[in-house]
Amino acid sequence: MTLGKIKEILDAEVLVGNEYMDIDVRDAFAADLLSDVLAFAKEGTLLITGITNPQVIRTAEMLEFIGILFVRGKKPDEEAVNLARIKKVPLLSTRYIMFETCGRLFKNGLVGCIERTVNEGTET
Amino acid sequence: MKEQKHDEHLLEQEFTVKGGDFILAGEVSSKIKTILKEIGIRQEVIIRTAIATYEAEMNVVCHADRGKFHLTITPDRLSIVVEDEGQGIENIDLAMKAGFSTASAEIREMGFGAGMGLPNIKKNVDDLKITSVVGGGTRMEMVILT
Repeated sequence: MTLGKIKEILDAEVLVGNEYMDIDVRDAFAADLLSDVLAFAKEGTLLITGITNPQVIRTAEMLEFIGILFVRGKKPDEEAVNLARIKKVPLLSTRYIMFETCGRLFKNGLVGCIERTVNEGTET
Repeated sequence: MKEQKHDEHLLEQEFTVKGGDFILAGEVSSKIKTILKEIGIRQEVIIRTAIATYEAEMNVVCHADRGKFHLTITPDRLSIVVEDEGQGIENIDLAMKAGFSTASAEIREMGFGAGMGLPNIKKNVDDLKITSVVGGGTRMEMVILT
């Protein structure tokens, strides 16, 4: 599934990276806790989140995420958007809530980058 | 076959991190990641190093006044020594436990402070040594085999 297809399914707005809409998205990870993103998300995945601070862009840079999809209509401020431009991280924003966003993408064939954690949520 | 010299330094560089500067937080990790890419370190190692350094950098920004990152690259490994001046860690064994955190509400609002940082660093590096003086600072040495 391409980023462009995700944009279409979720009626999303592209905030950064219109030129990356043909990129293929392998899988996704959704969380509102950056600690969990850093601990569990896999390199190259699509991050679905409601966090909009610059740290979410930095996290995406470290894990080389294919992009960030903000849910609940959230949009990062100009500072974070600029950082995303510099780091070449595509940003999309949808008005769907996280549950609906994940459900719609899953129904269209996108899977999680991991299925579950190994123990009490500390290992994958 | 010639044996590789393990003490041969390919590169050594130092970076400084300012405590409390959440805007720049991550910039040192970004610089280190760029260096590793440029010299052609394996991708899997780059990602593990990036996660560990970013967690460590956030720790300095969140909990210390200032810190230094010392990167050493030798033919078979990366060593990153993080030394900070700050509050220190009272009980390192406790701090290593997943879920234990002393983070402020402000840090938690940013999406951090879940008590996952140190366990996550440990998971991503091949060797981790931490020493700390309460009220003085923390020294952390991470080794990643390349």
